[in-house]
Amino acid sequence: MKLLVCVSKTPETTAKIAFTNDNTEFDSSGVQYIMNPYDEWYALVRALELKEAQGGSVTIIHVGPAANDTIIRKGLAIGADEAVRIDAEPPSALYVARQVAEYAKNENFDIVFLGKESIDYNGSEVGPMLAEMLGLPFVSHATRLEMEGNKAMIVADIDGGDAQLEVETPFVISAAKGLAEQRIPNMRGIMMAKRKPLKVVEPVEAEGLAVAVRFELPPEKGDVKLIDPENMDELVRLLHEEAKVI
Amino acid sequence: MVLILAETQKGKFKKAAFETATYGNKTAQALGTECAALVLGAASGLEELGKYGASKVYHVPDAALDNFDSQVYAAVISEVAGKVGANVVIFSHSALGKATAGRVAVRMNAGSVTGVNSAPLVEGGAFRVRKGVFSGKAFAEYELKSDAKVLTLMGNSIQPEAGGEPAAVEEISVQIPEAKVTVKKLERVEGVTPLPEAELVVSAGRGMKGPDNWGIVEELADVMGATTACSRPVADTGWRPHHEHVGQTGIAIRPNLYIAIGISGAIQHLAGVNNSKTIVVINKDPEAPFFKAADYGVVGDLFDVVPRLTEAMKKFKAEQ
Ligand SMILES: Cc1cc2nc3c(=O)[nH]c(=O)nc-3n(C[C@H](O)[C@H](O)[C@H](O)COP(=O)(O)OP(=O)(O)OC[C@H]3O[C@@H](n4cnc5c(N)ncnc54)[C@H](O)[C@@H]3O)c2cc1C
Ligand SMILES: Nc1ncnc2c1ncn2[C@@H]1O[C@H](COP(=O)(O)O)[C@@H](O)[C@H]1O
Repeated sequence: MKLLVCVSKTPETTAKIAFTNDNTEFDSSGVQYIMNPYDEWYALVRALELKEAQGGSVTIIHVGPAANDTIIRKGLAIGADEAVRIDAEPPSALYVARQVAEYAKNENFDIVFLGKESIDYNGSEVGPMLAEMLGLPFVSHATRLEMEGNKAMIVADIDGGDAQLEVETPFVISAAKGLAEQRIPNMRGIMMAKRKPLKVVEPVEAEGLAVAVRFELPPEKGDVKLIDPENMDELVRLLHEEAKVI
Repeated sequence: MVLILAETQKGKFKKAAFETATYGNKTAQALGTECAALVLGAASGLEELGKYGASKVYHVPDAALDNFDSQVYAAVISEVAGKVGANVVIFSHSALGKATAGRVAVRMNAGSVTGVNSAPLVEGGAFRVRKGVFSGKAFAEYELKSDAKVLTLMGNSIQPEAGGEPAAVEEISVQIPEAKVTVKKLERVEGVTPLPEAELVVSAGRGMKGPDNWGIVEELADVMGATTACSRPVADTGWRPHHEHVGQTGIAIRPNLYIAIGISGAIQHLAGVNNSKTIVVINKDPEAPFFKAADYGVVGDLFDVVPRLTEAMKKFKAEQ
């Protein structure tokens, strides 16, 4: 099977979030970047497992500048065969989807994997956009994926439950927790990654259409009001009369 | 015109449908136009949407739409939008909305923003919306530069307003492509509000010591009519089902009340819950980081405090 995995770069989960330039830009100073956890832990690993079970290849694709090559190399160290980087700083999800679609449209991938969302802009947008551009079915928030020939049996998260679905290749799928178990790259993988092909491709013309123009941090919480653990009637009273939430 | 997709479950409107109608109406007012609603598949009580601001309800009743396939839904919704002259389409930020909005945006050549949480700002031709980013650690304002626009509305970010009159319902016929994704089975936890929609959430962590102790959490939730949630290690070790996992890598929620029991308050946990309106933390360690994000705190042993809180809630309910 020929598999494509879309990977994005996000600030590490404990990174301090701050903004510069009059709150119009993310302040990246001192911020460590990682591969988006959904892409790395679930999408990429499930793709590798399928390849290991039935043969084929796993390509990772990333839309971003050369500075992000470390993220791509990590994907190769975990086990992807080759990588493609579209050389652009993407202004929006639509832009990313357009670039990936342009690359993928003539490559006949059986399955295109993404994460369910990027943990920075929390869009869940690239997957459905890409599926539409490629004219393919899309299954989002998958927690299980089993193949039988070209038929996929999928379990996906829906609001308050699960859906059991079937679809034939080719299709686009986004990965949620549970699809696979995180893999840590080993020394051999890291050495081999250096020799694996990383192709850099020029972007095609595309528009942003919806772009973040200003950021804001949530208002500081006031001090916590401590309640006597013996007096839960008081807590209930405050929740009713002061917070007005019950 | 603004078109909202009103979601149903088993033929009845979800709460999100009324939130989306209310939001759609506000958006339409800001743009100086009207808001219509679209309902797909078998459903009843359609005129109700009028009360929440829809001036008209379009219905495609075909049974083929009872099962969800994003490709089919996107084709149908875009076609209806074209037919009725809508250039703004609004979904709720549900599993269905997330899987479909991007597809509709591509079809309509629209700018799109998912998970918006406040009414759009329309000023001199500029259209801006706000959403949570960095898993709830910040907010961003997005500008949509296209004529056509697609949005999904985060749950619990607007109170449904039922002031209006029932709306006229019109059946509309469209081409329905064949679904490529087959739904074999749907399993929903019955009788409880799904986490993304829940207004009251009772959540517990590793402080519970083991899965057998969850009875006290469930009882509290039961008495309150709340939905239960948990921290990540609790779901990872199988103490609780994974769909209860909230936080940066789980579900992001914004209930009116979040009660955190035996959860330390790691930054990745807070990321998914700190937009809750009111946070109560119960923890025996006064230094637990969660107290910094809490409105009300109880320093004590959860095995004493939680049953006591349940009793207090019972008493309160009885007096109401
Ligand atoms: C990339 C990444 C992503 C992550 N994503 C998430 C996420 O989405 N959601 C998430 O929750 N975590 C996430 N985590 C894990 C997170 O860092 C914490 O490890 C986790 O939230 C801790 O869970 P906990 O609070 O239940 O357990 P602990 O940190 O062990 O805390 C248990 C708490 O219970 C208290 N306690 C113990 N006994 C009692 C008692 N008898 N009475 C009262 N209090 C008691 C303790 O004082 C302590 O504060 C992520 C981590 C990483 C690295
Ligand atoms: N710059 C990018 N390059 C490649 N894939 C991306 C990029 N940004 C997002 N993706 C993919 O799209 C998924 C959803 O991202 P988002 O729509 O931003 O929530 C991610 O989990 C990635 O798989």
